Amino acid sequence: MAGKRLGNQTVRLETPPRIISTASIAGPKEGEGPLGHTFDLVLEDELWGEKTWEKAESKIVRETWSRILEKSGKAPEDINYIIAGDLLNQCIATTFGLRESSAPYLGVYGACSTMCESLSIGAMLVDGGFADNVVCLTSSHFCSAEKQFRFPLELGTQRAPTAQWTVLGCGAVLVSSHGQGPAITHVTTGKIVDKGIKDANNMGGAMAPAAADTIVSHFKDTGFTPDYYDLVLTGDLGIVGKAICDEMVGEQGFNISKKLKDCGLMIYDLNKQDVHAGASGCACSATVFAGHIYKEMLEGRIKKLLLVATGALLNPTSTQQGETIPSIAHAVTIEA
Amino acid sequence: MGKKMVKDFTHKEYRDYVEKKSPKSKVLANTVKAFVVGGLICVAGQLINNFFTSRGMEKDTVSNLTSIIMIFLGALLTGLNIYDNLGKFAGAGSIVPITGFANSIVSPAMEFKSEGYVMGVGAKMFVVAGPVLVYGISASIIVGIIYYLLHY
Repeated sequence: MAGKRLGNQTVRLETPPRIISTASIAGPKEGEGPLGHTFDLVLEDELWGEKTWEKAESKIVRETWSRILEKSGKAPEDINYIIAGDLLNQCIATTFGLRESSAPYLGVYGACSTMCESLSIGAMLVDGGFADNVVCLTSSHFCSAEKQFRFPLELGTQRAPTAQWTVLGCGAVLVSSHGQGPAITHVTTGKIVDKGIKDANNMGGAMAPAAADTIVSHFKDTGFTPDYYDLVLTGDLGIVGKAICDEMVGEQGFNISKKLKDCGLMIYDLNKQDVHAGASGCACSATVFAGHIYKEMLEGRIKKLLLVATGALLNPTSTQQGETIPSIAHAVTIEA
Repeated sequence: MGKKMVKDFTHKEYRDYVEKKSPKSKVLANTVKAFVVGGLICVAGQLINNFFTSRGMEKDTVSNLTSIIMIFLGALLTGLNIYDNLGKFAGAGSIVPITGFANSIVSPAMEFKSEGYVMGVGAKMFVVAGPVLVYGISASIIVGIIYYLLHY
């Protein structure tokens, strides 16, 4: 087995890369939520002066990229790779937003798990000696996602109680071989798990088994127990998915009830903001980590974090054809 | 659920389990809201109908005018970003009346305007209402044929 591997799904990074900077931009609804003050910029409206939602999402990507360069004092030529993705077909929000980035780009798609997928690849590239600075970035936009995956915004329909609200925003993380910041020490890459859920309005239910599978594999591969962590933070399981994930991991002998939180339940005020089962979208884990969690780690309130971004790998065609929803979750250990 | 391994769930067992864990729609409250709002929309239609009838118009003209005005109002409220909020509250109460039909055509037209007037507005306008038209018209033709055969 390759020297850095632990078990089937996990690698241990020998020279843990540091997260030396983050940047985040969020929409108005996210700004009104409990984490509103943790984002670098909160937009006043969903279009941000653009003509289409797609263009607006690209602008958010472009500005987040500029902001992380600015905050870290890096020039585009200092960045060896941008690893990024979003939810729109062929990831156009990302690629159009990074058209003028002039840095090597790798596009990734893991639905809402993309943040941890890009962090995993970025951290391994840096630890492997292939890069000094990697920017990992993901975005999502409520309006462009609704348009692609569901119904027109002005259609007078009711959302299911299990439905989740796609986060409007973008988060970027700079992973580096040098500098100060929390370190990425382990990477657990998820397997595709499909337990037969067909309801696209219940993504939390579809993704929970994937999250549970990755978390349990992580504990088994590394020998860690839940006690090792201050926080096990899933991406966007929402109310339904989080409860199921908690129970499923518990049944495998790892009690994470006290450690488990979900970004999808943190970014909005569920009692006031009418988002039903919580938040979702690539930007959910990206903005929560880049904003709130990164600050908590810098200030020492969270020392050991297992970040587990979760993704439902469906599209509208597969839903219409009655397919079940394959899901995935990727985990990274981040230690301050 | 006992000591079940994640992998041991059959699809059916897992679906039942998720179903149990998921919050349910508030059927009674939703039904009452739908009844009230749907009823009020119909009352509005009836008032328009009565108004034109009182002006001495013929029954067919009155029906046509009432439909046209209700469709216009549905489209207008959609354009003013009001109908979606009404729909969020009333559910089927605002979907079923003819104003809901107008909403289902205007909302995709607005949404896909960014893709142009041909492939956007033109092609996507009936993306929600299309199936209703196809099967509604088909059903009326079939019923018409049966009616014709029974009566002549």
